[in-house]
This record gives sequence, C-alpha cells and structure tokens, in this order.
Amino acid sequence: MPMRAGEERVAFKMAERGGRGSGGHGSLDKSITLPPDEIFRNLENAKRFAIDIGGSLTKLAYYSTVQHKVARVRSFDHSGKDIENEPLYEISVQEEITARLHFIKFENTYIETCLDFIKDHLVNTETKVIKATGGGAYKFKDLIEKKLGLKVDKEDVMTCLIKGCNFVLRNIPHEVFAYQKDSDTEFRFQTNHPNIFPYLLVNIGSGVSIVKVETEDKFEWIGGSSIGGGTFWGLGALLTKTKKFDELLQLASKGQHTNVDMLVRDVYGGAYQTLGLSGNLIASSFGKSTTADKEFSKEDMAKSLLHMISNDIGQLACLYAKLHNLDKIYFGGFFIRGHPVTMRTITYSINFFSKGEVQALFLRHEGYLGAIGAFLKGAEQDNPNQYSWGENYAGSSGLMSTSPDVYPMQRTRSGTFDMLEMDRLERPLVNLPLLKDPSTYIPDTVDLTDDAMARKYWLTCFEEALDGVAKRAAASQPDSVDALERAEKFRQKYWNKLQTLRQQPFAYGTLTVRSLLDTREHCLNEFNFPDPYSKVKQKENGIALKCFQSVIESLDSLGWEERQFALVKGLLAGNVFDWGAKAVSDVLDSEPQFGFEEAKSKLQERPWLEDSYSQWLERLKAAARAAASLLEDGILQLRGTTTRSPWPVSRQQGCGPDCGCAEASDEGPPHKCALIFADNSGIDIILGVFPFVRELLSRGTEVILACNSGPALNDVTYSESLIVTERIAAMDPVIQSALREEKLLLVQTGSSSPCLDLSRLDKGLAVLVRERKTDLVIIEGMGRAIHTNYYAALKCESLKLAVIKNSWLADRLGGKIFSVIFKYEVPCK
Amino acid sequence: VFPWFGLDIRGTLVKLVYFELKDITTEEEEEEVENLKSIRKYLTSNVAYGSTGIRDVHLELKDLTLCGRKGSLHFIRFPTHDMPAFIQMGSEKHFSSLHTTLCATGGGAYKFEQDFRTMGDLQLCKADELDCLIKGALYIDSVGFNGHSECYYFENPMDAERCQKLPFNLENPYPLLLVNIGSGVSILAVYSKENYKWVTAPEARPADFHFVLCCSIGGGTFFGLCCLLTGCSTFEEALEMASHGDSTKVDKLVRDIYGGDYERLGLPGWAVASSFGNMMSKEKRESVSKEDLAKATLITITNNIGSIARMCALNENINRAVFVGNFFRNNAISMRLLAYALDYWSKGQLKALFLEHGGYFGAVGALLELLDSA
Repeated sequence: MPMRAGEERVAFKMAERGGRGSGGHGSLDKSITLPPDEIFRNLENAKRFAIDIGGSLTKLAYYSTVQHKVARVRSFDHSGKDIENEPLYEISVQEEITARLHFIKFENTYIETCLDFIKDHLVNTETKVIKATGGGAYKFKDLIEKKLGLKVDKEDVMTCLIKGCNFVLRNIPHEVFAYQKDSDTEFRFQTNHPNIFPYLLVNIGSGVSIVKVETEDKFEWIGGSSIGGGTFWGLGALLTKTKKFDELLQLASKGQHTNVDMLVRDVYGGAYQTLGLSGNLIASSFGKSTTADKEFSKEDMAKSLLHMISNDIGQLACLYAKLHNLDKIYFGGFFIRGHPVTMRTITYSINFFSKGEVQALFLRHEGYLGAIGAFLKGAEQDNPNQYSWGENYAGSSGLMSTSPDVYPMQRTRSGTFDMLEMDRLERPLVNLPLLKDPSTYIPDTVDLTDDAMARKYWLTCFEEALDGVAKRAAASQPDSVDALERAEKFRQKYWNKLQTLRQQPFAYGTLTVRSLLDTREHCLNEFNFPDPYSKVKQKENGIALKCFQSVIESLDSLGWEERQFALVKGLLAGNVFDWGAKAVSDVLDSEPQFGFEEAKSKLQERPWLEDSYSQWLERLKAAARAAASLLEDGILQLRGTTTRSPWPVSRQQGCGPDCGCAEASDEGPPHKCALIFADNSGIDIILGVFPFVRELLSRGTEVILACNSGPALNDVTYSESLIVTERIAAMDPVIQSALREEKLLLVQTGSSSPCLDLSRLDKGLAVLVRERKTDLVIIEGMGRAIHTNYYAALKCESLKLAVIKNSWLADRLGGKIFSVIFKYEVPCK
Repeated sequence: VFPWFGLDIRGTLVKLVYFELKDITTEEEEEEVENLKSIRKYLTSNVAYGSTGIRDVHLELKDLTLCGRKGSLHFIRFPTHDMPAFIQMGSEKHFSSLHTTLCATGGGAYKFEQDFRTMGDLQLCKADELDCLIKGALYIDSVGFNGHSECYYFENPMDAERCQKLPFNLENPYPLLLVNIGSGVSILAVYSKENYKWVTAPEARPADFHFVLCCSIGGGTFFGLCCLLTGCSTFEEALEMASHGDSTKVDKLVRDIYGGDYERLGLPGWAVASSFGNMMSKEKRESVSKEDLAKATLITITNNIGSIARMCALNENINRAVFVGNFFRNNAISMRLLAYALDYWSKGQLKALFLEHGGYFGAVGALLELLDSA
C-alpha cells in the first residue's frame, strides 16, 4: 500500500491558474491537505474511472477491489466422533477481495491537485479510458488527458443522470426524502418502492430539464425552462453584486420578499381577509420595484428572486406531472443540492400548485448521479446492474457533510471532500415474497430521526458500549501486532460517526438502531475486525452442543402441551445469550457459569409483555387435529420415527372471549413450511431454535433456517450454522433425515446485520420461500423482531419472539428488563 | 341620462372606459346638469390627464351602439398609485351629485371601495373580474375595431421582412385559452360564455369572487427588474431599451453549452438554456449593456409566459391562446416571440392570437355589467 496508516498528511501546493477551472468562483485555494487514508481510498487497484465536472463541483468515480479480512469457519474431520476439549471447528482469518465503488465530490478548484494525487497513487494502469460527463468535461478534457494519461471519453449528460438516478433509487435504502423545514423532522425519508418507474426528474442546473423516465432504458426529455439556477445566480449577481451562489442563497435566507414583490394584499387592500384569500400570495414578482427612486436591500431582492424562480419551476413541474399523469417528482441539480433554502421553496411551490397531490422529492446522493451514470456506462461489460450494492456507512460522508451550515468540526476533518462508497454484495437482494405490501414495508420500529428522546438514549448507549466493543475487537486478534492500534482507529471512527449523527441524524437516511448497528459493523470491517466474536461463538457452540441431547431428552419426556411451552421457553431463554446487549454481556463476562437454566430463570413469568401464546397453542392443537384426521384417512404419511406422542392429549376449544386473535388461529392444517430467522449462536441456535425446528419437522412442517451471510456480533452465520447442523444431525435422527430429505434447508439471508430488512434478502432465500409455499415466518431476537419488523405485516402467519435485554426499551414498551415478547400474528382475510 | 363608465383597477394600472353619447337630444341636453357636461368635456377634449393619465386615442371605438344609444367608447389609463388623486378629482367635480353608480372590477375595486365611499361619497358596484374580462373581450371582438378585425395573429413572426399581422376571425371562439398579462399573469380556459375555469390558480374560486393570481412573473416583473437593472423609470422606457438590446449576450444558449443543437434531447442551438446564465461570469457581467439586460428580461418573461400557457393549453386540450393585457402595449417583441415560440414548441398545434384593445377588456366588461344591471 502506498499510503500507510498513521502516515502524516500530505500537503499539496497548487499553482495559481489564473481563474481557469474556477467556473465562476472567485478566489482559488492555494493549497489543500488530502488525508491519504480518508480520501481517494483504494486507488492502487482502481479501474474504470469516470468523472462528472459541473459548474463548480467535480465528481470522480472509480471501481476498486478491497482486500478484506474475513473469518472463515471450517469443520474438522471428526468422523462423527466427538473429541473432548477440542474446538468444534477451525476459525481462520482469510483475505477476501470484494468490489467497491468510490465516489468523491470536490470543488473544481482542487481538480489539478486531485488528478496529480490520483496519478501518483494509481498503481494499476490497465485503465486506458476515463468516462466524462457534465458541462466541464469539455473544459477540462486536456488537463485530464495530460495529468492521468487516460483518454477522455465523453458521455451524454442526461443519459448519465438518469442511469445514476435509477441506480441509487434501486440500491440505496432511504435514498429519497421529502423536505419539511417547519416540522420536527426536516428530512422525511421514503421507503424504497419495489417499482421505481415511472418518475419525473427535474434537474435544476443553470437551466431546468424535465425528464420522464419510464424504464431502465427509456426516458424522454419532455420539457424544460430557461429560468433555473443560472438565472438565480446570474440575475442575483447583477442585482446584489454578490458573486457566489452560496452567498446569494445566504442573502436570500435573510431577506423579506414582501418588500419587493407585489402581493395579493397589495392589490386587494385589506379586503383579502374577508374574501378568504391568502394576502401573502405573490401577485407580481418584483412588482414593487417598479420605481427608480427606491433602494431595495440585497437580501430582499435575493429572496424575491429565489421565490420567483422556485415558484416558476414548481408550477411548470406540476403542469408536466399532470399532463403525463405522474406523481413522483425528484428534484436535482446544483440549485437544489442539499440547500435547505431551495428545497424548502421548491417543496412549498409543488405543494401549492398541486394542491398537495404531488410531493417534491429529493435524493441523498443527487450530486453523484452524473458520475454514477458515467461510471455505469463505462462498466457495462461488468454488468453492474446485475448485482445489488450497499452503501458503506464507514466510507461515506453522509448528507450535507460539506454544507457550511452544519457542524464545522465535521467539515474541517474531511475538508470540502464528500464521499460515497458502495460495496458490491455477493448476491442480489430482493423482497421477501411474503411481505404484505412491499411498498409500505418499513423494517424499523422506531425512527430515531423523529424521536429525539430515543435518539439521545441510543446514541449514548452506543457511545457507552464503544470502549467494550473496541476492547473485544482487539482481543479477538491476539496474534496481530497492530490489533490495538486498529481497534483504537475503529473506536475513533465510530465515535466520530456517532457525533455526526448527533448533529445530523439524517446523514445516512432515517436513523435507527439498525443503522447504528450496521454502521458499527461497517467500521469494524473497515479496520479489519471481520468477526470479533468468532472465538466466543466457537466456544459457545461447543458448550451448547454438549447439552443438546439432554435438552432433547427432557423435552421428549414432557406431555404434548407442556412440551410446546417448554420449547417456546427454551427459544426465549436461548435468546438471552446476546453479546450485543450490555446487560447480558456484563453477566456473561462476570459469570462464566451462566447457562441455559440460569437464562430460563431470568425470563419474565406469563403473562408476558406481549403474549399471544394461547392463540399459538390453539393453532397447534387445530393443526394436530387436522393432521390426525388426515392420518386416520391414510392420506398423510408421517416420516421420521419418534417415541413421543405427536398429538395433544386434550382437545381444547377456542382461545377465550378476550384473546383478540384472528379467527383463523384455531383452525388450519399443520404449516406447510416455516421460515426461521435465527439470532445468536451457541445456546440460542442449538438449545433454543433446534429443538423447536425438530418439533416443527415432526409435525410435518418443512423448515427453512435462515442465518446471516456475514458476521455481526455473536449472531450465528450461515457457515457456522452448516457445521452446527451437521453436528446436531449426527446426534439426532429427526434432523438427520430432514436434512437428507431436504425438509430442513439452511439458507443465508444476504445480510451481515444484527437486524433484519425483509426488503433486502438473498434472492435464493426468496426463491425457496416461494417454492416451498412457506406459510409461517418465525423471527427471533431483539434486533430482528423488536428493533425491526415489530410491526411488519406478512401475508402468512408469523411468530415474533424476543427477550428485551435493555431496560430503557423495556420501559418504553411498558415492561421490565428480560420481559418477553411473544407475538403470534395471523393476517386478516 | 347618466355617464357610462367602466373601471378596472389592477396592481399597476387603472383602466377606465367612457361611453360618450353622440345622440343626445335637445331635451336631454337641457336637462343635463352642469357637472356632467364638464366631466364629458374634460375627458373628451384631452388626451392626457394630469402627468400620468393617458387616453389611447387610437383605440377609440366610433359609432358604437350600446343599449340603443349611439356614441364613442374612449379608453383611458393611469397608474394605480394615482388612484387617490382620481378619487379626489371625482370629489372636486361633484361626481356624487350625479346620483350614479360606478362599476369597477379588479383587486382595486376592493382596495379602494372604502376611499370611494368616504372621499368621493360614491358607492362602488363591484363586478367579477373574470366575468368582466371575458365579457369585455368577446363584446369588443363582436363589434369590431371601427370596421377592422379586433383579433389578429402573426405570420412569420421572427422574420423581419416577411412578418405580417393578419386578422383572425374569432366568430366561434370556444374553447380558448385567455391569457391576461398585467402585473402578473392569469390564464383562463373558456369553454363557453358561461363555462370557463381558472386553469392556473391553485384554489377553487369562491362562488362570488374570482381572485387574480396564477403566475407571478408578468409585466410587473419585467418593469420591476428593468428598474433595478437599468435604472429606467417608465414601462415605455424599459421597452425602448429592450428593443435596442441583444439578449444572447446575457442568456446562455443551448449552443453556448453544447456547441450547437443538443440532438439527444431535440433542443435547437438557438434556444435559451439558462436565462441570465452568462451573468454567472464576472467578465460577462461587465461587458453587457443596460439595453442587453432589458432585452434579456423581456425575452425571459415572454418565453416563460409562453411555456406556461402552452402547458395549460395541452392540459386543457385547447389549440388557441388569446393574449390580452397591458403587457403587450407597444410590445411587438413579446407578441412576435410568443407567436413564434407557441408555434415552434407545439409543432404548429397552438396558435397565439392577440386583441387590439388588449388591456381594456376588464373595464369594458365592468361597463357592460353596469348596463346589464341598469
């Protein structure tokens, strides 16, 4: 690596270039400091460059491969024999190469310095061409070709913009937001709709382009206007003698347009009040400046101009939306680009002219659309659209990182450089086919951008846990010489992210417990701590496996109804073992003997905080009756032998008058197939989930067991689940035959998060769910069933179970720590 | 016998129409009070009133029959800020002694109602401004302009040599888009005499009132911006400056960005990509003249009105737009540009029409309202 961690920052001197490249900006910065481990990262393997040069900002894109350390688990060859005191499986840390897209945005002023920097660090020189778009691509063509030695290949601006827009709409959750200045939550992020088309893109650059996008490849320029950002800037500069766009916006935000504009009340006098009119509406922009005698303030004129232009664009956009019958309008271009002032006036205007029927929408990565599109044009042979991509929170700056209005400390750290990094995901992600309405599905239970109290609590909670996480990360790699140093860097990076989020909770879309957890995982990975809990998981899996048979024996000795309860209780007790919860990790750290029975004793007694166990039990009884009658008719052949009685002894009817469950709960055959999202490794998966799985199987229900693709905390990963299952199969004939007959299937979720987003799941999982006609979904754990999916509505029956291991959250839900959530839901018919 | 007036009080200008009876009988003349004679004499013998009032002599409609009486219709305008002086004058000439009603429309009918009552001892009859506008326009078109056509259009509008102003027969006017450009712009879709709607207004009209607002970029914006940019002091001066300017120095054209046509989007090189876009650069700001700025302002506003009108016409499925309002007074640049722009961008589907008495239809409508009610 040409850039070593800890290396002093490299300062570059820039030669003065007499206004060239300043794009209307006045002074040129003489030197900038590029922190080499933060900006233009992973250049050594970079390829497929693309550049989008606008009037004042340059956006650079490149594709690079990143070497990651990943934890791999590999089963020892035990030949079915358990050897005492030997670990269950082998953990090795391997290098893995993943693909990442890098996008960097900086002022045109720095372009020469940046090109020099890239040239110096670009080791791989296979690349011959750089795709270029934007108005400045012409102007800087020679400079780029000379500095980088790459041939500039120009791409159509609009095509790039649309391509980029489609890409972010498809790949980045919470990309789209509505802006509401006067509400508590300025940024209202939208759920990604499974179908992004058709939409209207209104790009407000120096002029306005209105484009209708119908499919991936089909778009049409349907109109435009010459009154745009250039008009604001040009006319504003003439009127106020203020040169810079940003300064004009600053002026406008301080002005009173009513001094310059002729309002309805100026025309109608006081009468508008009795006529039910809004006297503040503008009858004629600049209608009061029709005199040579009066002086008008710069601020007032700038504000009036801003209103004039925003209203005009809003009105035109609404007319186009109406004509083409569209209700989604995305606004972009430098006029909009993260400026609260213009987002506010455009939003107002659209709302006004459409009578609230059309919503003005904005994009978090709007500034990058051209660069992303140009990049995609150049990478067509890699077919980037066949992959799913994920925003890397560790490597991305977040919304408004370079805005002068917010958080100066953040700004000085990365200077004027804004970054976006996207990881190529191994496998494509899709919706869970069982979601009731994918377009309204919101994974997260609490919106922390909205809920200031919750935000404060969780940010503090993550801050307080940080030292411990860093310590564990360092401890997970005892043989590494720089583990401590990397752990400290991780700590610093995540700390900074948390501080940014305190100031700008909207930085990465809706702030949620999930996004906080994911950000932490991304930061850990960034500093090569791919799986800090690998050893803990290994040990716990080993211990739990040893108890498996005795747990099964004791379950089998119970009567049917007692057993059902014991299974649920086991599942819940298993879920106590969560290293992500501070209350638990403290116990686990101090009491190594803390085990399954101890966990059971911690659980809340019934009635639980959320308790539909009785309905669940009735459903099982009904299933058993249905199965029994089928069995009597000789239709159903049960496979797998068992000594237990599979049927309830008594036939209890109904759930009682006040149960509130849907009618369907006490009827219906056994479930065809259950999809289980597992949580923790060790006791949770082995002594909690597997006995439950075993019961489902013996009831004739197939089981799809879904585990995370990558590590997160002590959550069981897919590869670990394979080994664990293999070992259980060796001990248990039910599991063994189910595996052999493909009635028990292990799949990966496609996720590496302790939470669960049912709209971004591995495609293979989705296919299987559909094939097997899955009719029961079981979601386990605080991250998956409470922080996310607590309110998720599914098309089929579902069970959401968790133990609340956080007293604040328990308090919020009206309970105490170790309260139990057992939520059995039946979709309305 | 009573004086026949119609008044339209707008944001910037007041329009007054006066029907001068030419068939006054001897008995009538004997009965006519002194005050009335003096008012008639004052109005018909002058072409200017005070420093700002002007009678548009060239618009006078002669030999008009209104309610069975013959006479001439006079067209007078003055700035709205002189409204108090006008009321004062009415008071001095003892207008109230005539025991007559004055019919007025426009926002000012509300704003100055109280002043008329207290200062002039006059009861104002307020008429709906949209009704007045449509009624007035259709009436004048039906009586013609002293034997000529009231309505006209342009052939080859941008061709200095071949440009022709040609009469247009508006006998079957519906449906039409009526675009009134005063200080701001209002656009109406008219389907029949009774059925019209406000296509650009954001709110439904209250039953008894139509409020004037749709697009705020109109004549007032042109004049206001010109005052700020050039220091001019009258609308005429602003137009005069504009006629000598070159807007392409101020505006950024498609060809300035793409070197020619932007074929991918079907945009011609001459189209304006960004109004005032060249003014982002300091050097260019220093190299333009006031005339260039005035011209660019006029072009910007005219083009914008054209594109909003075109979108309204498309949404309403209407293929002709009648442009009225005082913005077009002595403003051939805007009329010809609108004629061209509508034709070009609609690919010949939308025709721009103009009326000779452009700014006065509200006042005419108010007069007709008065006659209807009398």
